[in-house]
Amino acid sequence: MRLIRRLILKTCAAACWALPALCAAQNEGIPAFKTVDSMEARVQGCVTCHGQSGQGTRNDYFPRIAGKPASYLYNQLVAFRDGTRRYPPMNYLVAYLPDAYLREMAEYFAKQRPPFLQHETAAEPGMLGRGQAIVTAGDQKAGIPACIACHGAGLTGMEPGIPGLVGLRQSYIAAQLTRWRVGERRAAEPDCMKRIASRLSDGDVAAIAAWLGQQRPPPDPSPESSNLVRMPLACGSQK
Amino acid sequence: MRKFVPAAFAFALVIGAIVAGWWAARPGALPSSAAPTNATTQVINKGEYLARAGDCVACHTAAGGVPFAGGRAMPTPFGNIYVPNITPDEETGIGRWNADEFYRMMHTGISRDGTLLYPAMPFASYTKVTREDSDAIFAYLQSVPPVRQQNRPHELRFPFNNRELLIGWRALYFKQGEYVPDPKQSTQWNRGAYLVEGLGHCAMCHTAINVLGGTSESKAFEGGMIPNQNWYAPSLTSNREGGLGDWSLKDIADLLQAGVSNRGTVYGPMAEVVYNSLQYISDEDIMAMAVYLKSLPQRDSGPPIQSSDRLVQPATMELGRKIYDAQCRVCHGAEGKGAPPMYPPLAGNQSITMASPVNSIRMVLNGGYPPGTRKNPRPHGMPPFTHVLNDDEVAAVVTYIRVAWGNTGTPVTPAQANELRRLLPE
Repeated sequence: MRLIRRLILKTCAAACWALPALCAAQNEGIPAFKTVDSMEARVQGCVTCHGQSGQGTRNDYFPRIAGKPASYLYNQLVAFRDGTRRYPPMNYLVAYLPDAYLREMAEYFAKQRPPFLQHETAAEPGMLGRGQAIVTAGDQKAGIPACIACHGAGLTGMEPGIPGLVGLRQSYIAAQLTRWRVGERRAAEPDCMKRIASRLSDGDVAAIAAWLGQQRPPPDPSPESSNLVRMPLACGSQK
Repeated sequence: MRKFVPAAFAFALVIGAIVAGWWAARPGALPSSAAPTNATTQVINKGEYLARAGDCVACHTAAGGVPFAGGRAMPTPFGNIYVPNITPDEETGIGRWNADEFYRMMHTGISRDGTLLYPAMPFASYTKVTREDSDAIFAYLQSVPPVRQQNRPHELRFPFNNRELLIGWRALYFKQGEYVPDPKQSTQWNRGAYLVEGLGHCAMCHTAINVLGGTSESKAFEGGMIPNQNWYAPSLTSNREGGLGDWSLKDIADLLQAGVSNRGTVYGPMAEVVYNSLQYISDEDIMAMAVYLKSLPQRDSGPPIQSSDRLVQPATMELGRKIYDAQCRVCHGAEGKGAPPMYPPLAGNQSITMASPVNSIRMVLNGGYPPGTRKNPRPHGMPPFTHVLNDDEVAAVVTYIRVAWGNTGTPVTPAQANELRRLLPE
């Protein structure tokens, strides 16, 4: 696997000579900024994983953070700092940063609108149909609301606290849904996502992740405004 | 006439109040000085300040928990120690303690019920704290909200779970006694020494800990690996490491209080100390600590570095330079001068060139943000490269920064990079 990844990277590097666009995509995670006293310079600590504008990098796991609602990003940064969301590299990086600065970082990435990266997905036959059904219509019998009911018709999230799902990789979505299911990821009470995730089967998680991983963003990838719609479950992150 | 006197008095009072109100509200007025005249308030305020100097909160608070309620697991080479609740809860905290018992614990490492404390509690340093300061800290701890939270028993391996062993440890490594000022030194120097050796408990990390979990006084502040944290606490007495002999007082003070300076930046466990403790210490006390630290005798106990130790394969140097140019130069500059205090210099930086390359390798693997402090609330950060660079590349770039620009470090091997990569959070 590592070898294959290296081969792909080497091929990309070779292609750089010919295709400047590809080259730009490869450089997205290399530190760069214009002026030292700027937020752009201050968030260089994020770029090797999340990309210069929060668009993500070629790495399989690290999510796109650009354009997600500021309060969602802020809640995650605080949860990483305080250890209520566990991912050791992130817990370490933000351990000693004050609220006001984390808020500023969140607002910086919430404003970014970089182009979306195209991801590869792998899906078994029949999975995509099941995934699409849950995302767009839910599963009434299992008590699962449609993802789009809260994460937005265009899957771009909802202000102030619900993240967009479009642009995330299949592997990341599957990993996070699994963490919700087993109780490793939590949010402010009432924790609607915990209730929903506990009703998903392994197959559901795989199907949702496969279908979501293939979706392309709408022309305007901004999150929906809050409270345009009635949400199916009370959500602590929307207070 | 009799009626007139009270009326005139009232009138004068009203005028006086208006004048006082105007005076208090004038632009640039200092906050009212009425509050701290109360003796209890003064003692509690002082205790809060001293508790910060002692960084009690860092260990006595679990991640995301209530301050001082304890419960934090402290991994040691001998097993986990669970830090106790020091809120004034009657049942589970220190609500039933008195100031004498608190002082005895600070001064001798013996708890209220007579048990010997494990030296994870820095009583070997706190023994230097004066009775008056101990009483103030006690008054402050009694004033915080009580939290009912049962202490968790330690999970120490045999034989370390037997507290009788501590009698031996104490005989070897514990010297009881309040700080005795050195009359040959200034008041400022003595204040700094009192804070560094006492409440600051700097020696807990900056003096090497031996296999018995003890520190040797003859090796005070000579640096050492911090057990279970995989960070190296540099020597404060060696110009080859974190020795501060040739630092300006301002740079030392900035490093301690802001977390960044023109000479270097704090990360890892020292970032925690600055975040929880040192950023709140007054300018005056920080300067006193700087004066004392700068005066520590400089001695190099390790063997001098031979030029043969510094030989680097040209291919390694070339690979390191390439990576540096691509990934590091934008912040740290072509000549390694950085953009201090935002981006630390690498050229001439003792924490890069010191014998242990652990911290430099860690920084390349995991990156890091300095603490956000009152004097530097929006620090610049360094990204992780663990997923970008392989072991050969990490070793090459760390070797490069340790020997380029006249730096006097030695090369590091891919095996050293690999060892830390396996130990550290993925």
